[in-house]
Amino acid sequence: MPNKDQIREFIVSNFLFGEADKLTDTTSFLDAGIIDSTGILEIVSFLEEQFGITVEDDELLPENLDSVEAVAGYLEKKAEGGSQKSE
Amino acid sequence: MLHPWLAIDVEKEIDLICGVLRQTLMRFKRRGYVLGVSGGIDSSVTMALCCRAVGKERVFALQMPERHSARETETFGDLLISKFGVPFAAEPITEMLEAAGFYERYDATVRKQIPVYTNGWTSKIISSNVFDKKGFTIFSVVAQAASGEVIKKRLPAKEYLEIVAATNFKQRLRKMMEYYYADRMNYAVAGTPNRLEYDQGFFVKTGDGSADVKPIAHLYKSQVYELARHLEIPEEICSRPPTTDTYSMSQGQDEFYFSLPYGQMDLCLYGKNNGRSAESIAGETDLTVEQINLIFNDIDTKRSTTRYLHAPPVLVRQVNEIGE
Repeated sequence: MPNKDQIREFIVSNFLFGEADKLTDTTSFLDAGIIDSTGILEIVSFLEEQFGITVEDDELLPENLDSVEAVAGYLEKKAEGGSQKSE
Repeated sequence: MLHPWLAIDVEKEIDLICGVLRQTLMRFKRRGYVLGVSGGIDSSVTMALCCRAVGKERVFALQMPERHSARETETFGDLLISKFGVPFAAEPITEMLEAAGFYERYDATVRKQIPVYTNGWTSKIISSNVFDKKGFTIFSVVAQAASGEVIKKRLPAKEYLEIVAATNFKQRLRKMMEYYYADRMNYAVAGTPNRLEYDQGFFVKTGDGSADVKPIAHLYKSQVYELARHLEIPEEICSRPPTTDTYSMSQGQDEFYFSLPYGQMDLCLYGKNNGRSAESIAGETDLTVEQINLIFNDIDTKRSTTRYLHAPPVLVRQVNEIGE
């Protein structure tokens, strides 16, 4: 999945300075202490610039943005045209 | 009336603080205290404590308003200074902020989000309320035209950081001025954070976070008000709602940083610090257990980002010769 690789690469280079072994696809960015609230904003900017999407306020949720897998899933559903808002 | 959880023996507490204030001067070989006075409750109480500890003639108050300061900052500062009779100086920082490019940088960044933002508009930054969301904290810029029109836009990472960085000039320039006076008078600098601010990181590193002593950093905000009444701080200051006094548009501290009014926030923080259950805190506030749990998470998140603010510079190896 090309998106997953791009996301992983962004996280590893931007937040982990190359120490990729700390990150699996399901690692929670917040629980693992990899990013804070500013880091979330950086991920949002990366997604908007890299993938040409708009992340809506109510899509700023852990289930969309808190792991490589979550972000990849979010992008996939976004590409299908669905909104990823909380129920 | 203080909630029983926060009850303190005020006179004893004041004696303890005054003792530490005197010992600090002896330890650092300084002759008095400089502090910035904003007309808010924390700096007022800190100033009164310094006066009580070492005498008003050894306290020096600085008023450092700038273009965006609320009018009360100056009038309440004047009121406090004249009541206590402390030596003081007015050092407005508007020109220094202009020289640093603050207003230009700030306005340009807001204008990127709100292109109609121009002279005559006011603005502020707000964060999403912890109860409004199931997700992450969002920061938005809110701007208001002279006509009353209000526009709100979410801030992307780069713009959020630029606004915070530029705004931090204010706290850092004020601290630079405090240390200028402290150095020339051989005084120490008294910092003014209360416990909520100190614990939750509501301060700027090397700005208002810098000081030689922080005499009320262990006190919950409600306790600071209790000391204020005992120290005879003017009623106008005691009844002023806490404000950041950082942005041109008026902004309560609970809009930007704390999710709750200070009375409730104190009880949540006290409860968490002292092992009280969410259920028991809910019983003491008008909050639900679910809300208390959201607040607990928010406290933990802020504590983790506050570690950087408190951290001294990292050394590769300890330099053991530099001790107390």
